[in-house]
Amino acid sequence: MNIDFSPEELAFQQEVRAWFAQNLPADLKRKTELGQMLNRDELVVWQRILNGKGWLVTGWPEEYGGPGWTPTQRYIFDMERARANAPIGLSMGIIMLGPVLMAYGTQEQKDFYLPRIRNCEDWWCQGYSEPGAGSDLASLKTMAVSDGDDYIVNGSKIWTTYGHWANRIFCLVRTSTEGKKQEGISFLLIDMDTPGLEVRPIISIDGEHHLNETFFTDVRVPKKNLVGKEGQGWTVAKYLLTHERTTIAGVADSKVHMANLKRMARENSANGAPLMDDPTLRQKLAKAEINLLALEYTNLRTLAATAAGKAPGPESSLLKLDGTAVQQQLSELGVELSGQYAWPWKAEGDVGPEEFSATMMRYAFTRAATIYGGSDEVQKNVIAKMVLGLNFK
Amino acid sequence: MHFNLSDEQKLIRNAVDKFIRNDYSFDARKKVLAMDNGYSPDHWRQFAEMGWLGIPFAEDHGGLGGGIVDITLVMESFGTGMVLEPYLSAVVLAGGLVERGGSEAQKEALLPALIGGEKLLAVAYTERESRFNTADVQTRAEKKGNGYVLNGEKAVVLGAPSADVLIVSARTSGNRLDTQGISLFLVDSTAKGVSIKGMRTMDGGQAGNVTLNNVEVGSDALVGAEGAGFALLDEAVDRATVAACADAVGAMQAAMRKTVEYLKTRKQFGVPIGSFQALQHRAVDLFTAVEACRSMLLMASLKVTDPDPVERNKAVSAAKQFIGEKARLVAQQAVQMHGGIGMTEELDIGHYFRRLTQFCAMFGTTDYHLQRYADLMAAAA
Repeated sequence: MNIDFSPEELAFQQEVRAWFAQNLPADLKRKTELGQMLNRDELVVWQRILNGKGWLVTGWPEEYGGPGWTPTQRYIFDMERARANAPIGLSMGIIMLGPVLMAYGTQEQKDFYLPRIRNCEDWWCQGYSEPGAGSDLASLKTMAVSDGDDYIVNGSKIWTTYGHWANRIFCLVRTSTEGKKQEGISFLLIDMDTPGLEVRPIISIDGEHHLNETFFTDVRVPKKNLVGKEGQGWTVAKYLLTHERTTIAGVADSKVHMANLKRMARENSANGAPLMDDPTLRQKLAKAEINLLALEYTNLRTLAATAAGKAPGPESSLLKLDGTAVQQQLSELGVELSGQYAWPWKAEGDVGPEEFSATMMRYAFTRAATIYGGSDEVQKNVIAKMVLGLNFK
Repeated sequence: MHFNLSDEQKLIRNAVDKFIRNDYSFDARKKVLAMDNGYSPDHWRQFAEMGWLGIPFAEDHGGLGGGIVDITLVMESFGTGMVLEPYLSAVVLAGGLVERGGSEAQKEALLPALIGGEKLLAVAYTERESRFNTADVQTRAEKKGNGYVLNGEKAVVLGAPSADVLIVSARTSGNRLDTQGISLFLVDSTAKGVSIKGMRTMDGGQAGNVTLNNVEVGSDALVGAEGAGFALLDEAVDRATVAACADAVGAMQAAMRKTVEYLKTRKQFGVPIGSFQALQHRAVDLFTAVEACRSMLLMASLKVTDPDPVERNKAVSAAKQFIGEKARLVAQQAVQMHGGIGMTEELDIGHYFRRLTQFCAMFGTTDYHLQRYADLMAAAA
């Protein structure tokens, strides 16, 4: 039993660290450090730099253009990425759709879509939730009705993250109303410029435009855009949700966030003394760091199992719950440390320390973490049934 | 990086698990509880025969040359059975102190006897006013001839009533809270001037208040250098704290499992109470708490060997704070979810409640460790 990386892994870590130091544009680094959102163009610039090095689709196998890294290498890369204050690339195409196509896509779909994801030619968004189907996703109603070689899609999707930046959307649609509700769902790829598809913005409580509602009115989609078989959509979606386990907890970014909070507490003062001298605040920071340490070791347990080619143990079911709890705890502390500088809302120019300028937005935005990707309550339902066996049907 | 157990470690764990299953059922434990000194000498002999008493000691003295991870394996299993034998106080804490700080002669005199199950040791370091500060020592040791004279009182010393030899912290110089000037002495529990008022602890274990009234010891009783006992004691207590964390994780796991089983079998309103979402979610809270504590135990068992005392203190305090907080949650909610029957002494769940509640206050409360961690964190550049 040991926690050390091998000499090869340590050398890899140095290589990654040096590369980030040389290749991350300073403006993107600063925005990320401050917790500010990057716009589409900035993300494309950054993702193309990563892709030029072959380090964008780090979880993909070599045959699809991935670097062929081990789970430990991917973990190290993620740690170094966060440490360098480099942005996270948008995950919809890379982490979510890519692996689904590799597992369920036709050869034609793989050949066409995968290189386009890698080269940032396509920008994907996800069409899962609906106004009437949130945590109860399987009750979705958007219908795809067969019409010759096409489906005709009608309905609406909600919480379409960065749908206004995307040119394509992968959707769960209902192709049958017979049988169990999960069995009538299919996984469909749709071009955003198809006639009848409309995107409307939803402004979230951080005042930003991340989310959208997407409406489908007689949208004609070729059947060759079906991923997997008709009616297999629920299985495909579940595969997608379980695919990436070793970074779901967000440990790398939370560690950097924690270090930034401690620095803020040292460099800013109240009553003529550093904020860190306030015993209550100091203990809150300590508690957050302790919780983060527990999360890190839970993550390492999962990583060790994955790296050894084993299925992760029951601890992996904690990663989303505990990871998002830590993210929220840290974002709360950011607001507390900001004092009165938490109030200015998107103020222009110099109103106070720049490092406090985005703490309130980050706090507000991070409330979503325990809602998206299966809310806390849904996670607990799943653990109760699947892990603890509290299943009485 | 890997967290796999070695073959030897698996053997130890399987053997202790088997002992708990076969010899330490809840009913068997009740018989041990009723024994005069609060533990079973037969079990202790069995521990010696199995080699468990020698795990952390060098092979030169008859030990197995194991490490803290091996200790945590034993302790976690002991926690599931709520073992009453004084393994933590005698082997981990006192034995560990002799192993790391004792002279060759002291090791030769004490360790083979401890490993063989013939002698019990205890560390007398807490005082009426010290709480968890091991540097707060008012017991005094004055030089007399070649030796020392000890005066003072040690409070709630784990394992004291059955100990043959006590390791006593006493001040040879400095002021009350100074870390410098604390010395450690081997004191025969039957020596003139030593009196021990025994008591039972809430988990059924044993402790004692030790009064030292002009107790004379020779210079060969000094463990480590004069005045330099704090560092030894601090490290020994840190290691014992990790062992106690392992015991707590075992007890939490058992209490959580038993509670989940109860939710599956207990019926109210015509259905198993585990079908209620309010209880399902709380059961998940306990499950996630135990798994996170397992991670924290892993962290602490790897970092407690850090040669830098600050890193060691931080790791141990992080673990004790975190596991203490979750232990309280599991203890309270295990009783709550059992309802009325959870309040009774006849059911094991209440005994897990006591075991875990005692853990929360052992070697520093949750708040004590949060503060220690916070202060060390703030002091780091």
